[in-house]
Amino acid sequence: MAMASIEMKNIVKKYGDGFPAVNDVSIDVADGEFMILVGPSGCGKSTLLRMIVGLEDITSGDMIVGGKRVNDLAPRDRNLSMVFQNYALYPHLTVYENIAFPLRLAKLPDSEVDAKVRQASATLELDEHLQRKPANLSGGQRQRVAMGRAIVRDAEAFLFDEPLSNLDAKLRGQMRTEISRLQKRLGITTVYVTHDQTEAMTLGDRVAVMRRGVLQQLASPRELYDQPCNLFVAGFIGSPPMNFLPATVDGDHVTLPFGRFKIPQAKADQLQGTDLLIAGIRPEHLEDASLIDPSEATEETTFVAHVDVREWLGDSQYAYIPYEADAVVEKQLQELSRELDSDQLRTQLVASLDTASQIQEDQDARLFIFTEKMHFFDPATGENLTVGL
Amino acid sequence: MKQNGLGHWIGFVAILVWCLLPIAWILSLSFKPVAETTSGSPQFLPRTWTLQNYKDVLANDDFQRALLNSAGIAAIATVLAVIFATLAAYAIARLEFRGKRFVLSIALAIAMFPVVSLVGPLFDLWRTFGLFNTWPGLIIPYMSFTLPLAIWTLSAFFREIPWEMEQAAQVDGATSWQAFRKVIVPLAAPGVFTAAILTFFFAWNEFVLAISLTSTTDARTVPAQLSFFVGSDQFNPPYSQLATASVVVTVPIVVLVLLFQRKIVAGLTSGAVKG
Repeated sequence: MAMASIEMKNIVKKYGDGFPAVNDVSIDVADGEFMILVGPSGCGKSTLLRMIVGLEDITSGDMIVGGKRVNDLAPRDRNLSMVFQNYALYPHLTVYENIAFPLRLAKLPDSEVDAKVRQASATLELDEHLQRKPANLSGGQRQRVAMGRAIVRDAEAFLFDEPLSNLDAKLRGQMRTEISRLQKRLGITTVYVTHDQTEAMTLGDRVAVMRRGVLQQLASPRELYDQPCNLFVAGFIGSPPMNFLPATVDGDHVTLPFGRFKIPQAKADQLQGTDLLIAGIRPEHLEDASLIDPSEATEETTFVAHVDVREWLGDSQYAYIPYEADAVVEKQLQELSRELDSDQLRTQLVASLDTASQIQEDQDARLFIFTEKMHFFDPATGENLTVGL
Repeated sequence: MKQNGLGHWIGFVAILVWCLLPIAWILSLSFKPVAETTSGSPQFLPRTWTLQNYKDVLANDDFQRALLNSAGIAAIATVLAVIFATLAAYAIARLEFRGKRFVLSIALAIAMFPVVSLVGPLFDLWRTFGLFNTWPGLIIPYMSFTLPLAIWTLSAFFREIPWEMEQAAQVDGATSWQAFRKVIVPLAAPGVFTAAILTFFFAWNEFVLAISLTSTTDARTVPAQLSFFVGSDQFNPPYSQLATASVVVTVPIVVLVLLFQRKIVAGLTSGAVKG
């Protein structure tokens, strides 16, 4: 198969009103890499994808596919294949002809068309549906036909625009694995747009997080999770999301609404002379103190708080602890939650506890906090002040 | 529903009788000998059935010529109107350009314009241009009167087709023209057929322009030609022959509707996108 790298250099997309939907984004997608573009709705990820494939004009910057600048090429001359969110199958054609469509346009001889369509349909297990019309297929089957149409020709790269968002949760999980398997087998460069952070984390070799048209962080899923570069990435990646708390640091101690805790020296050094901060701690870095070795669970690493709701999920359980936040921090957090398309009604702490924990609802509980896993963000800029520490 | 069964049936029958009685009357007239229609005591069914009227009408040179004119003019007007309307409707549905609303409003205005008021001006105009009593002389006005409706119908159909269909085709390697021809037009087929039928009906049935803008059988269509069936004297019109001609001219329309009806399948686009 033909393969190619995709280089985006300082890509800008401005609409008529001058608003930059995509602003100075540079991403290199290596040959054979699975790249994810992720972000909340309106972050410019789909626009960027459509600029790669040529359905959207590029205001400025260079789009280079396989070493060739394609800014001014029509979609048909870019040799990329795309799976649309709504699948965009041709309803008047059979599954066979839908898959064969790009080959017919390329005027391939019938025997070759047939061989390639059969191969694609075998790969996607569509053999028994070849003579049916898209209207008679289930959502997952339509999805596979759309993928068949993409893989049937030797495209330089695959582009996916939220391909799973129309499927129900169970099917979405199956298709996610299917796409991952297919991409690994074909080894073809792939750019995949999604707003779902689970898809982003599980599928991508690397993930580009976007916000308001600006690239926030481009890293492996693990790095995004462990070392988010700012408040936005920290809040976007992870489910349930990272807890954000107002914090002040003095010496090697941090004061949170729940108490005063000791933090690692390296972090403390980095944070000297700072004023009000936002501390970030993931739910799994809070634990029922009774399950922690007593030598670790000291006054300086534990706190007592009132758990108002507990959710038991079988493999884990969540405890919810409401608290009053400082006005400045609260405003910043509300803005963040609005951007992340979530409606956080109250400031609360979420703890993901071990299932062995016996903490009950509507009771006070002693919780342990892994302070070495805590991140500290500048409330004004959102920047993570302790990256890599 | 069950309770109203009887009422429904009475309603159906009443409507059917109301609509079909005149047609049945025309049919029955067409099988009556001329003598029977002028006898002064008409009855509904013919006393003696005859096919003579059909033989006479179809053997009539002027009528044959009128049939040919009707078919030719209606067909050409339909094809041209549908082609122009398809292209115009596509542009209106898909492209952003200045004056789009203006084009649509003008189209609507033309549709509302009374045909009769244009007869005089067109008569003078066509005589000057040498289009009087010619096929184009009828085709052009028929086209312009049916285009607005066709454009409105088709642009509604095009708007229903998801943009992504076309974009998918372009990514798959199609030129804009190929995407239009291979994806958009087949999907808009019900709309295209609807527009075609409406145009054809208009051109086939039109009388005012057909009688005013023609003077001989060179271009006179059937509805106009029918008014020349005057018989031997004006007090004894050849009713049975008129009825026969009406039947002959209606048959193609009925056949056409039955033919296209199968093509006009609603919901062709269902399944294009998520279900």
